[in-house]
Amino acid sequence: MDLKKLKKHAECVWEIPQQDEMRVPGFIYADEKLISEMDEKVFEQISNVACLPGIVRAAMAMPDAHWGYGFPIGGVAAFDPEAGGIISVGGVGYDISCGVRTMSTGMTKDEITPHVTRLIDRLFEVVPSGVGSEGKIRLTPEELDDVLVGGAKWAVEQGYGIPEDLGRIEENGMLSGADPSCVSDTAKKRQYRQVGTLGSGNHYLEIQYVDEIFHEPSASGLGLRTGDVVIAIHCGSRALGHQIGTDYLQILGQAAQKYRIPIRERELVCAPIRSPEGERYYKAMACGVNCALANRQVIGHLVRTVFAEILPQATIRLLYDVSHNTCKIEEHEVDGMKKRLYVHRKGATRAFGPGRAELPPSIRDVGQPVFIGGTMGTHSYIMIGIEEGERLAWSSACHGAGRAMSRHAALKKWKGTKVISDLAHRGIVVRTASYRGAAEEAPDAYKDVTEVVDATHRAGLARMVARVRPLACIKG
Amino acid sequence: MGQKIGLPFETFEHGADIGIRGRGKTLDEAFENAARAMFSLMVEDIGTIMPEKTVHISCASYDREGLLTAWLNSLLAEASISGILFRDFTCSIKDTSATGTATGEPFDPSRHKAGVEVKGATFTELRVFEEGGIWTAQCVVDV
Repeated sequence: MDLKKLKKHAECVWEIPQQDEMRVPGFIYADEKLISEMDEKVFEQISNVACLPGIVRAAMAMPDAHWGYGFPIGGVAAFDPEAGGIISVGGVGYDISCGVRTMSTGMTKDEITPHVTRLIDRLFEVVPSGVGSEGKIRLTPEELDDVLVGGAKWAVEQGYGIPEDLGRIEENGMLSGADPSCVSDTAKKRQYRQVGTLGSGNHYLEIQYVDEIFHEPSASGLGLRTGDVVIAIHCGSRALGHQIGTDYLQILGQAAQKYRIPIRERELVCAPIRSPEGERYYKAMACGVNCALANRQVIGHLVRTVFAEILPQATIRLLYDVSHNTCKIEEHEVDGMKKRLYVHRKGATRAFGPGRAELPPSIRDVGQPVFIGGTMGTHSYIMIGIEEGERLAWSSACHGAGRAMSRHAALKKWKGTKVISDLAHRGIVVRTASYRGAAEEAPDAYKDVTEVVDATHRAGLARMVARVRPLACIKG
Repeated sequence: MGQKIGLPFETFEHGADIGIRGRGKTLDEAFENAARAMFSLMVEDIGTIMPEKTVHISCASYDREGLLTAWLNSLLAEASISGILFRDFTCSIKDTSATGTATGEPFDPSRHKAGVEVKGATFTELRVFEEGGIWTAQCVVDV
């Protein structure tokens, strides 16, 4: 992206000045290097989002922003329902509530290392992953509706996990307002056999260890020490979320015409929050969120069963569960007044600072944990929300490394088997259902997650707490 | 990359996901080849899928481009509901509606090497056009 088009406010805060039909300015939170490497499409897409009715303050891009569907990936925007604000499918994305759950094991790297291969092999057997995989749970239409309303709470009620897990999940494991009657039969049919499956693409399950701590008070507030082993699960709402997105692109496409909302890009279609179409999309999207929360809860349970079998001395506790692709109703301060806004985060993580009522008492003084996934060969980061992030970007942070190379190019450059054997030489055990997927997900096909996390920290969106490295990985 | 008598289906570059493209002497054929391009991503060799079972597809949209995503998304929905991977397609388009068939067999990990799961066809790089007697139908799919 051409830096000359932007106005610099601080080292990692750049403005796209308001022009033409833009109702508000755009803000990109990243340093010069990251912005100069960003696709021009990010500039265009952020400018397009800034034109949408009812947008409050600014359209924002996180440091890992790249070309997305309507919104850029890494796009954040809040809309005021009382000012004609809209809700958009592109602002949520196709994989509704895709996110990362991290669980502590109570064990150290030295204790786990001799068992890593056995653990990952067993996890690979127990957690369904890849094309055509199915979960062990078979649901009737009525039961699926319960999942869509109850989310992780439903899963815990069925015996998948423990009640203490729920406080460590956004929305306490269940987003209210979900209405399964707003979800198509096709979407539901696609999910009957998919609850508790990892999926493919960039989804993964990793055994990681904490190799460095950057902020001791936050780390100890989360109970993390150097050498601790954690499990990270990255997946979303599977086919159901995607079908909801597909269905509502058509529905909101027609609604945008009906309400005469000018649309600059087809996937930015939207409807007023206070319209029948907009309300139905929110209710359907909430079903997608709950589906993803239930999915990660079931997978978390499967992880516990494997540890109980192989390392019964481990105590698997849910550290936190974050979502990346959501629209949430949140209270934020606008011009000195509290307002309820519809905050869209597409490829961005909610990152509440300390004190927010939404956080469980056990970490309310610490802030919300944020997990930034790296690649299977490098490392991931644990960050924490800070107060500054509220003023900058409605308490939002980055979500991952972002690709440096297309899947197409990665496939030409690497062989999946070689990627896996190279990682094995470096002590990282990889299991995958797809060698093609392993090649596409090769570590060097991604940007350096450290740069993204560093810019997030320097911008004041969230604070770096710890770095984790993979010991083993299941690639979907 | 598969070929069909000089009328290929292929994939193309996109930053985070993958583009799929089908060409044909008719619009119907371009849609059929676009479907092949998409399913070729889901298994390493689409030729290993046997033509055992055929399902019927019908879909509609409000314009021709929208119809391509509707067609591809209907096929994906059918594949994930029935558990079948498809290899052969027929498509018949009238205005902004399409009817057709898809033929394939259930995914069998012992015979099929898995590719990537395609989650959906998107509106990005979505183009349907005719040039020099050849129709092209393309879009980016989310993986």
